[in-house]
Amino acid sequence: MKLAVCIKRVPDMEGRFKIAASGTGIDEAGLKYDMSDFDGYAAEVAIQITEKLGAGEVTVISLGPDVVQETLRKALSMGAHRAVQLKHDAPVSDGLAVATALAAELKDGGYDLILCGRMAVDTQNRSTGIFLAELLGLPVISAISQLNVEGGVVKARRELEGAYELIECPLPAVVTIDEGIARARYPSLKGIMAAKKKPLEVKPAHLGAITYQLEKMELPAERAAGRIVGEGKDAVPELVRLLKEEAKVL
Amino acid sequence: MTNILAFSETRLGELRRAGLETVTAARRVADATGGQVHAVLAGAPGIAQHAARLAAHGADVVLVLEDDAFANYNPEALTATLAARLGGGYRAAFFAASALGHDLVARVAARMKLAYASDVTEFVFSADAVTVAHPGYTNKIVQRFVLKATPALISLRAGAVLPVENAKAGTVETLAPAGDPTAVRVKVTLTEKAAGGKIDLGEAPVIIAGGRGLKEAANFKLVEDLAAAFGNAAVGATRAVTDDGWRPHSDQIGQTGRLVSPDLYVACGISGAIQHLAGMRTSKTIVAINKDKEAPIFKAADYGIVGDVLEVLPVLTEAVRKARTGA
Ligand SMILES: Cc1cc2nc3c(=O)[nH]c(=O)nc-3n(C[C@H](O)[C@H](O)[C@H](O)COP(=O)(O)OP(=O)(O)OC[C@H]3O[C@@H](n4cnc5c(N)ncnc54)[C@H](O)[C@@H]3O)c2cc1C
Repeated sequence: MKLAVCIKRVPDMEGRFKIAASGTGIDEAGLKYDMSDFDGYAAEVAIQITEKLGAGEVTVISLGPDVVQETLRKALSMGAHRAVQLKHDAPVSDGLAVATALAAELKDGGYDLILCGRMAVDTQNRSTGIFLAELLGLPVISAISQLNVEGGVVKARRELEGAYELIECPLPAVVTIDEGIARARYPSLKGIMAAKKKPLEVKPAHLGAITYQLEKMELPAERAAGRIVGEGKDAVPELVRLLKEEAKVL
Repeated sequence: MTNILAFSETRLGELRRAGLETVTAARRVADATGGQVHAVLAGAPGIAQHAARLAAHGADVVLVLEDDAFANYNPEALTATLAARLGGGYRAAFFAASALGHDLVARVAARMKLAYASDVTEFVFSADAVTVAHPGYTNKIVQRFVLKATPALISLRAGAVLPVENAKAGTVETLAPAGDPTAVRVKVTLTEKAAGGKIDLGEAPVIIAGGRGLKEAANFKLVEDLAAAFGNAAVGATRAVTDDGWRPHSDQIGQTGRLVSPDLYVACGISGAIQHLAGMRTSKTIVAINKDKEAPIFKAADYGIVGDVLEVLPVLTEAVRKARTGA
């Protein structure tokens, strides 16, 4: 079984962000970067599939400047077999353009299953994996919380708001991974050593036309400072009064 | 090309509130720029009964797709049908930023090679573009995008536009599926409501959320009781709690869970980790109950009570019940 996992390098979400002088990006100074959470889950799911089969190959792929190699190496140290960087130095805000570049790379790879995270935690678009499938002409099941691949069929579960559904499709296919299946493992020292020798290819990215333009970034209005109403159950009447009279939510 | 399409999401034969939000948004645009609102209503035979509610919220035309093949979500057949319809010329199309809304609109966007603005909280239509706001970076940053091509494809964050009645004709027209709706690769074999007939986290005006401070799964009863006292509340949880199996993963709020912004969020025994705040910081009013006065949740909260949640909750539940019933 040949698997591919698309990975995005994103800033650590802890701490405060500052808007860069350009107004269309964040100030990167002092930020730590890692794989987007759901992409880490996707890598883990793919690696577990090959471990269970005792066969197969996981290719991890990331679009971006050379620093994404660090993120790809992390996936290799988790247990992926080979990596591809689609080199592109400028930030891209258009998911369809990114998916076009990923599709060009994955199209003739003979992959049985392509996995993406359900959403990048920075841009929060939730669409790249679905775009990719559509561009490749493959079936896709998005935002899944359970997965079973057997006999050429993908069976999955998706959480809806207050409900869930069970979904099936034939391989080859694309899935996007939600919370609930697997968390990214911490690479072992052995894994880190092994990753150094695994192949990492660098190729140019062939982005599609940019149709979705980021105009500017802003920080949301600061919340007014809150207050402690009181201690213990004696504070309840005052809280209820505030909810009624001030917040008007009761 | 001035008409606006609204996809009205249904589930198991019922119209979701999100389905009225898209119609209200489309109506608002059509009233400002001219043109008609066309609402799409798809489901098993019988779904047409909801056409009147869509008309009441501003649909000039209700496009009804009634077929057994749409009893469950049928992504591939809907994509083909909507892409064909939108290709006929619309200014914009609104979908819900729900699990299914995202899935559908992203398919349509890639099929039509169009930009898709997801999870939109604000939108402004001008003569030749649509500007949208879409939160990112765990809702810490507002990203403003410009959509130039038509139709502009937009999914709306739950609650960004609340349903408003504004009655129009709502002429019912049949929407025929493009192609054979059973000849699809992706098949939803079951749709089931979560146990307990809960209110959707994404739609609830009030969310009562519990964390590890509740000590054990059984104590979530106190959280459920408070939700019941509000009447319009859903129950949420932290990852600590869903990891321990006290609550299902679908209840998890945060960076890797649901992103919610209700009118009122009550955090019970929740520390306020950055990953949790990511999912609820945009709530209008936040209340925190925590025994540790240094807990970070108090920095995010409008009102805090320092105390034992097991002791405070029953009293709060009683007080809310009284306030709501006037008894
Ligand atoms: C990649 C990643 C993604 C994550 N995604 C999410 C996510 O989506 N959602 C999420 O919630 N978390 C997420 N987390 C986990 C997050 O970091 C926290 O661990 C989690 O939110 C803590 O949950 P908690 O507040 O219930 O538990 P704790 O942090 O253990 O806090 C319990 C709180 O209860 C208080 N308490 C204890 N007893 C009482 C009492 N009797 N009365 C009142 N208060 C009491 C304590 O003072 C404490 O503040 C993620 C973590 C990582 C690394």
